[in-house]
Formats: sequence, C-alpha cells, structure tokens
Amino acid sequence: MIDSFVVPLLKILVVLNATLVGVTYMILLERKVIAWAQSRLGPMRVGPYGVLQPVADALKLMIKEDITPVRADKWVFTAAPIIAMVPALIVYAVIPFGPEVSLFGRPVTLYVTDVNVGLLYIVSVASVGVYGIILAGWSSNSKYPLLASLRASAQLISYEVAVTLTLVSVILVAGSLSMVSIVRAQESGHVWFAFLQPMAFVIFFIGGLAETNRAPFDMPEAEQELTGGFHTEYSGMRFALFFLAEYANMIVVSSVATTLFLGGWLRPFPNVAFLSFLGIIPSWAWFLLKSFGFLYVFIWIRATLPRYRYDQLMRLGWKVLIPLAIINLVVTAIVKVMVH
Amino acid sequence: MDTTVHHGAMFDTDELVLNMGPQHPSTHGVLRVVLRLDGETVVDVDVVMGYLHRGIEKLSENRNWTQIVLLTDRMDYVAAATSNVGYCETVEKLMGLEVPRRARYVRTILCELQRIASHCLWVGTHAMDIGAMTVFLYAFRERELILDLFEEFCGARLTYNSMRIGGLPLDIPPGWDKKVLEFCRIMEQKVGEYEELLTHNRIWLERTKGIGVISGPDAAALGLCGPTLRGSGVPRDVRKDEPYAAYDEMAFDVPVGTAGDTYDRYLVRMEEFRQSLRIIRQATEGLPEGPIVGKVPRLIKPAAGETYHAIESPKGELGYFIVSDGKSTNPYRFRVRPPSLCNLQGLRRLVKGHLVADVVALIGSIDIVLGEVDR
Repeated sequence: MIDSFVVPLLKILVVLNATLVGVTYMILLERKVIAWAQSRLGPMRVGPYGVLQPVADALKLMIKEDITPVRADKWVFTAAPIIAMVPALIVYAVIPFGPEVSLFGRPVTLYVTDVNVGLLYIVSVASVGVYGIILAGWSSNSKYPLLASLRASAQLISYEVAVTLTLVSVILVAGSLSMVSIVRAQESGHVWFAFLQPMAFVIFFIGGLAETNRAPFDMPEAEQELTGGFHTEYSGMRFALFFLAEYANMIVVSSVATTLFLGGWLRPFPNVAFLSFLGIIPSWAWFLLKSFGFLYVFIWIRATLPRYRYDQLMRLGWKVLIPLAIINLVVTAIVKVMVH
Repeated sequence: MDTTVHHGAMFDTDELVLNMGPQHPSTHGVLRVVLRLDGETVVDVDVVMGYLHRGIEKLSENRNWTQIVLLTDRMDYVAAATSNVGYCETVEKLMGLEVPRRARYVRTILCELQRIASHCLWVGTHAMDIGAMTVFLYAFRERELILDLFEEFCGARLTYNSMRIGGLPLDIPPGWDKKVLEFCRIMEQKVGEYEELLTHNRIWLERTKGIGVISGPDAAALGLCGPTLRGSGVPRDVRKDEPYAAYDEMAFDVPVGTAGDTYDRYLVRMEEFRQSLRIIRQATEGLPEGPIVGKVPRLIKPAAGETYHAIESPKGELGYFIVSDGKSTNPYRFRVRPPSLCNLQGLRRLVKGHLVADVVALIGSIDIVLGEVDR
C-alpha cells in the first residue's frame, strides 16, 4: 500500500512543487543574470536582493484581470495555456534526479518512475506542448499571434527532427530508452556521452534552444517584431502559464541534456577511487548543478546574441542540423556494429 | 488598402494587411507602417506619419528669433544641440554676424558629443530590434556620460537650448574640457566593446548583410542623406563639403560603405563614433581663448531676405530655410529640411521583398526620430 501508492504520490507532490518553485526562481535568476551582464542590478526591491520578487510577480499575475478578446475562440483560448503547461510538467515524471537512496530506513528512488520507453515518452509529451502555442496564436484571432503561431509550427517541425535523431544515436550507444539505464550506461562505460557523441550533444543543445523558443531562436515571441507574438492577447494568470511553461521547458531540456550527455546524477569520474571525496556532494545535487550550468548558458546566450530570422532558422535546421544528425547517426551505427 | 487574392490550385490565398504602429515597440516612436504581407514577405508598405506633429515651423513664425532656439530642441530630441547650432548659424548667416573662434570650437565639440550620443541611441535600439539586447544597455550607459557633460555645460539633459544667436549663452565650466577628454578615452574602448558584440557576430552578419540594398545614385535620387547615404558609397558630408562651425580647421575622414546594405550603414556609423572622438580631441585640445559671443544687436531683426543653411546632424543633412521680411521681430517663413523625414522616404524602397523581421531592422538602419519627421 505504502510502496505502491503513498510514496509515488509524495514524490509527485515534491517534484511538482519543486518544479514550480524552481521555475519561478528561474525567472528571477534570468532577470538577475541578464542584469549583471548588462551592468545593472535587476530586481532589488522585494526582499533582500529581490529574492521575494517571484512571490510578488505571482501575486500580481493572479489578481490581474484575465481578459478574453471578444473575437477570440473562447474555448481554445482558455485551453491553450493549459495545453502548453501540462506537458512541460508531466515530463518530470521520468527524469531521474538521483539513484536509489535510503530514506527513513526505506529504499527510495529519486525519480517518480522509470519507464522502459522513457526517452520516447519525453519526446512525445514535449512535442504536445507546442500545440499550446499554435492554438493560442490561432484562437486569439489577431494578426501578430497568428504569424507567431505559424512560426512556431515551422520551427517545431524543423527542430524536432534533428533533436530526435540525436536522441536515437544516444539510444544506440546506451542500448536503452530508459533514462535510468542511460545514466547507468555512462557509469559502466566510464565516460559521459557528451564525449562519445559530441556532435549529438551540440545539435541537441541548439535544437533545445529552438524547441524552447529561447534566444537566438525566440521568433514566436519576438517582442520587437511581433509585439510578444503568440501571447500578445493574453493577460493575467493565463499569460503566466505560458511564461511558466517556457521556463519549465527550459528546465526539462537542461535535465534531459544532463541525463543523456553529462552523466545525470553521477559525480565526475564516478569510477576513479581517489576522487571519491566528490561524493560528499549528494547525487541529486550533482544533477541540479549540471542542469543549472545548462540554464546559465541559456541565459548567457540570450544576453549576448541577436535573433535569427525565421527563414535563416529554417535553413539552419533543414540544411545543417538534420544532415549532420543523420551523418552522426549512421556513423554511430557503423561503429557500433564494427565494435561488436 | 486593397489586397490581392491569389487563386491557387487548391486554396485561395489572401494578402495580410498588418498594421505596425503607431504603438509598436520597434517603430522608434509613433511611426505607423502598414504592411501588406504574403506569408511573411512584405509585398508593399505604406508609411503613415504625423502622429507627433506639433507645428514647430508655423509656431516659429510667431515667436521672436531668440525663442525659436527652444523650439528647435523639440525636433530631433536625441540631438538637440545640433538643431540649436543649425538654427543659430542660419540666422547668423542671414544677418552676416561674425561668431568668435572660441564659440565655434565649443559648438563643434557639442555637435560631435551630440553625434556620439545620438549614435549611441541608434546602435542600442538598432541592435535591440535585431534581438541583441545587451548592446542597448551598454550604449545607454555611455550616453549617460554625455548627458552629464551637457548637464554641466547648460543645466539640461535632453532639450538643451544651448545656443544663442552670435555665440554661446555661457562659457564652458572650469575643468569641463578635462572631463571631455576623459570621456573620449572611455568612449574609445566602449566602441570597441559594441563592435565586439556585433561586427563579426555571425547572426548579426546574416541579419544585416544584403538587407535593404540601395545603390549610391538611387539613394541620392531619393534624397537620402547622412550615414544612410554614405553607406551606399556617396561621400557626401556637409562638414566636409560646406564646413560650418570649426570643421574647416579639423582633420577627420568621412567613412563610406560599398554595398549600401544595412551592414554597411552600421559600419559607417561605427566609424563615425571614432571620427567624432577624433574631432572632439582636436577641438578640446586646441580650444582658443577669447569672447564667446560676437557683436550681436540688442534686438535681433535681420534685414529683408532669405537664406538656406545646412549642417550635418547625426541623422544627415539638417537644413533651415528662413525668410525675413525685415519689419517684424519674427521670421516671415521658417522651414526645416529634416534628415529623418528624407531618410524615411527611402523605407518603402528598402523594405519591399524582405521579411517582417527585416522591416524592424531597416527602420533601425535609417535612424529616424519621429519628433523630427513630424515636427
């Protein structure tokens, strides 16, 4: 009873809440890091160094008037933010934050579940999220959001393919679709897959930026061109859902990249005995640290780079990333066969 | 605006009319651009202006000659001192007044500081439009230093009212020239910092190279001016061709582009930063002693006649055409040739066939200020 029901429920509760809090603080982090990059201070007023800013933001967005444009398609308009948010959250079910640990004398795994098609689950669920953007743009019945949703669908098709192909080459190397097994494979193989699959790693990272609509690929919400893009007509909590979904997706991409390429919860050189002092830092902290590294790079890129144009993004996707991913996949397969 | 319906094999497709502005984050004020789109490609564009019209030219005909200086501040409000200088020199030309050398030198320094401030704002917003947001903050940080210098000189930070007919309202404060030189030293490095972020950035190159190409003769025929014209390779610069203030005593180069695209216009303005610093250094180090106001009559009342005088504002050739009837203490006719407006005329030509994302890049590239377009 406890093992089959209470423990999973508790884990879901913890992961869900930790994610939501993480997402709100992610927004603060982004504002702070960009502010430092731009030689300003960022939020400083709410709490010391602005640490309570997310609370104030959440409160503000909740009590704000939630406007539905008269000419919008009401049902779809309401459903779109939910469709964007929910997949971003349920992906966390299969992300392994750590191995099995003993808690209160009871073995507990630091992930909600480990399905044997974990990676497939992530890819399929994550691609549902973009429907939120497409439907939001369409249902707003307004021109800028419409253009944005067109961009979003084009962008999704171009990048989903490249990203998925890189995942296939990782699966080839690891020999499993399960997220936990992939980490185990990196432990027994004595190497992070980032070094075995450097090309896949780079393509996954670029594709990840594009999938989460982050700079320099943030065309669907290009503020300077499309005045906010797909969420132009949204306000209040529904707008906040889009915002949260974007940041939740960023954390998902970082977590997946950490798991697939940087050894997940493993400390650096997990099999080298004299580095065992690194084990002082618990496994879940290593995971968070690596994911944080990715998130920081995401923000750093946003502060530095200009935005690509829509057609250039498509060209990069179809003419560069997809061919490279296919080549990488074929080479990986050939090497794999030859080694055996 | 009419839209054309294309009858395709399966579906009829419509052109989309998109109203960009007057409230849009990238139209640099209250410019309204009506785009006709085929997908995201711009088929045609209609530029609508006049949302900031305050009738400055007509107002000027009912103010006395000294009061008009204050109105010229409100045209190109990011380069107010340049407008002041242009107006005062026009009236001096009309009256045949001699301006002391020291005043001419200070005017040159102020004009060039103003050019840097205006270009700072341009590089910031232009980069911001293309998505590089950090440059914006960096450029505003340096612009702040210039505003501080202006504040010390005349007490104002945006609309300076910093000139008088025949010279300057006041001499430079003690130690000001040292601060100007110190600023030049800082700015030299910072321009390099902007260039590091943009000039060789692959995305920046892809976004600006080959966008909005216009040949030199075409640009001149359209009446484009300033860096927008020089980006197309036409070496027209009023400071060189018809020197005013103390430019005839300064050594500087006029940078020109070759391709006439957005990237060349960007490079021209980046080089102008350096040339402006060069002029400021020369003028500050060689600042002559002497009076700051020439022999100006108590009541300014030019004899009947008309004159046109142009200066090189940061945006291009800023000209004033003034008619005096010789009887009243205000101009009979007052007309401005605003460089922003002339450059804006080129927008339609530049934008056609490009994408929506390029429209904002091109609006940034021609560097307009709506206060000057509408007056």
